[in-house]
Amino acid sequence: MAAKLSPKMQSALIWGLYALGLFPALWTFWLGVQNQLGADPVKAFEHTLGVWTIRFLVLTLLVTPLRDFNLFNGLRYRRALGLLAFYYAVMHFLTYAVLDQTLALNAIVADVLKRPFITFGMLGLTLLIPLAVTSNSWSIKRLGSRWNLLHKLIYPAAALAALHYSMATKVLGTQQMLYIALLILLLAYRILRPQVLQAKKARRLQGAR
Amino acid sequence: MPLYKAPRIPSSEITPRSFYLKRRELLGLAAGGLVAASASPVLASPLAAKASAYKVDEELTPKESVTTYNNFYEFGLGKDDPAAKSGAFKPTPWTVEVGGMVAKPKTFGLEDLMKTFPIEERIYRMRCVEAWSMVIPWDGFPLAALLNAVEPTSEAKYVAFESVVRPEEMPGQSGVFQSLPWPYVEGLRLDEAMHPLTLLAVGLYGETLPNQNGAPIRLVVPWKYGFKGIKSIVKITLTDKQPPSTWNIANPSEYGFYSNVNPAVDHPRWSQATERRIGTGGFFGTARVDTLPFNGYANEVADLYKGMDLKVNF
Repeated sequence: MAAKLSPKMQSALIWGLYALGLFPALWTFWLGVQNQLGADPVKAFEHTLGVWTIRFLVLTLLVTPLRDFNLFNGLRYRRALGLLAFYYAVMHFLTYAVLDQTLALNAIVADVLKRPFITFGMLGLTLLIPLAVTSNSWSIKRLGSRWNLLHKLIYPAAALAALHYSMATKVLGTQQMLYIALLILLLAYRILRPQVLQAKKARRLQGAR
Repeated sequence: MPLYKAPRIPSSEITPRSFYLKRRELLGLAAGGLVAASASPVLASPLAAKASAYKVDEELTPKESVTTYNNFYEFGLGKDDPAAKSGAFKPTPWTVEVGGMVAKPKTFGLEDLMKTFPIEERIYRMRCVEAWSMVIPWDGFPLAALLNAVEPTSEAKYVAFESVVRPEEMPGQSGVFQSLPWPYVEGLRLDEAMHPLTLLAVGLYGETLPNQNGAPIRLVVPWKYGFKGIKSIVKITLTDKQPPSTWNIANPSEYGFYSNVNPAVDHPRWSQATERRIGTGGFFGTARVDTLPFNGYANEVADLYKGMDLKVNF
């Protein structure tokens, strides 16, 4: 794809990404309203939202390695992908709290405190809140290098999401294994990244000589 | 204002499942060039079951939900997998081998069982360990009737059950990742097995069991979590040792041998205090009801566990 896109085209693409990204939630919700989600529609909706949270976390974490390896520069889409992950996490929690637990606060608090997989999920969602709040140009300018530091919270958040997802069922299914493996891989890459970048720099210097 | 209204198909115009299944069967037979064979598969054929006093006065879970929302890992991990992926499973012919510490061991054919023991309808609550529940009209006979027929010896203290292994017919039993060790096994104490509530079900909603519900014969123990209700049973063995049970092997800290429904003992991942009734209320009004000790059957079964610490023996 050509690197030069008019600013108008770029913002249209980003809005398109939001629309596309929110479509699974709206569509599944519509199926639920139409009684097309099977015998346990609330669980099905809750599960769909959870899986899409994981998918958008994976996509968000993929931006950097794809760039590092000169495969695709998706930096300008990263904010949208991260925010979509956050929106799905919020909808996932709201479905649990409102439709599943019918706002029984005692039960929700007990779940969050007593059940490790819900504790991890809740903690992951909480870590995403400051990231979502500072996902705007004003915050980036205002926070400077601290913004970068703050946004490293995506790593523990993603790890918590993987834990939450892996503990949510009685046994691991293949889809679960796939996404958890992807998250582990993407998080592990961050540990190796300094070396990758150094090698890249060395190669560039060699090329310049 | 809506521009387009989707046509509503009245339920009277939808072909009943048994009809189209029969149609498929006929087409299958015709394609194979077969003349009506005697051992044609029994697919959802009607059962003559007499009503019994064992019924709960609660709204039945719709048949559609009972037959499409299942945990039967032999066919896959998803709730809809058993209904979607059990088409190749052949529940007939079928035999159940009953042996071990009994005076008269015997292998029963399915037809034998259904002829020998009168089939009755029992409307039971079914509570899954995952905190959802149903109300299901089962058709079957008490396990005690079968056990009495083989005459357990005085050493027999427990009953062990074993489920079928057919990787070629059960997609969850083949492939690289196996969710559980097969065969699925379960067990009961002899007094639990002999309790009049304990049922061997051969049908539901007045028809033979669909494959996804454990065809052709399964256990129903209404005061225990659903996973105790082993499906597609091929072997029943009387023994003097506590038999292994699959979920207990897979995760002993989460699933005990007894697995009695108990709102006071939480599963590490689910509160057991309440349950969601499947098939009621739809998307916005799924009913959450309080879970009862022994799933509401405390009057009938609490005596079996007198003096036992149920928090330890979960």
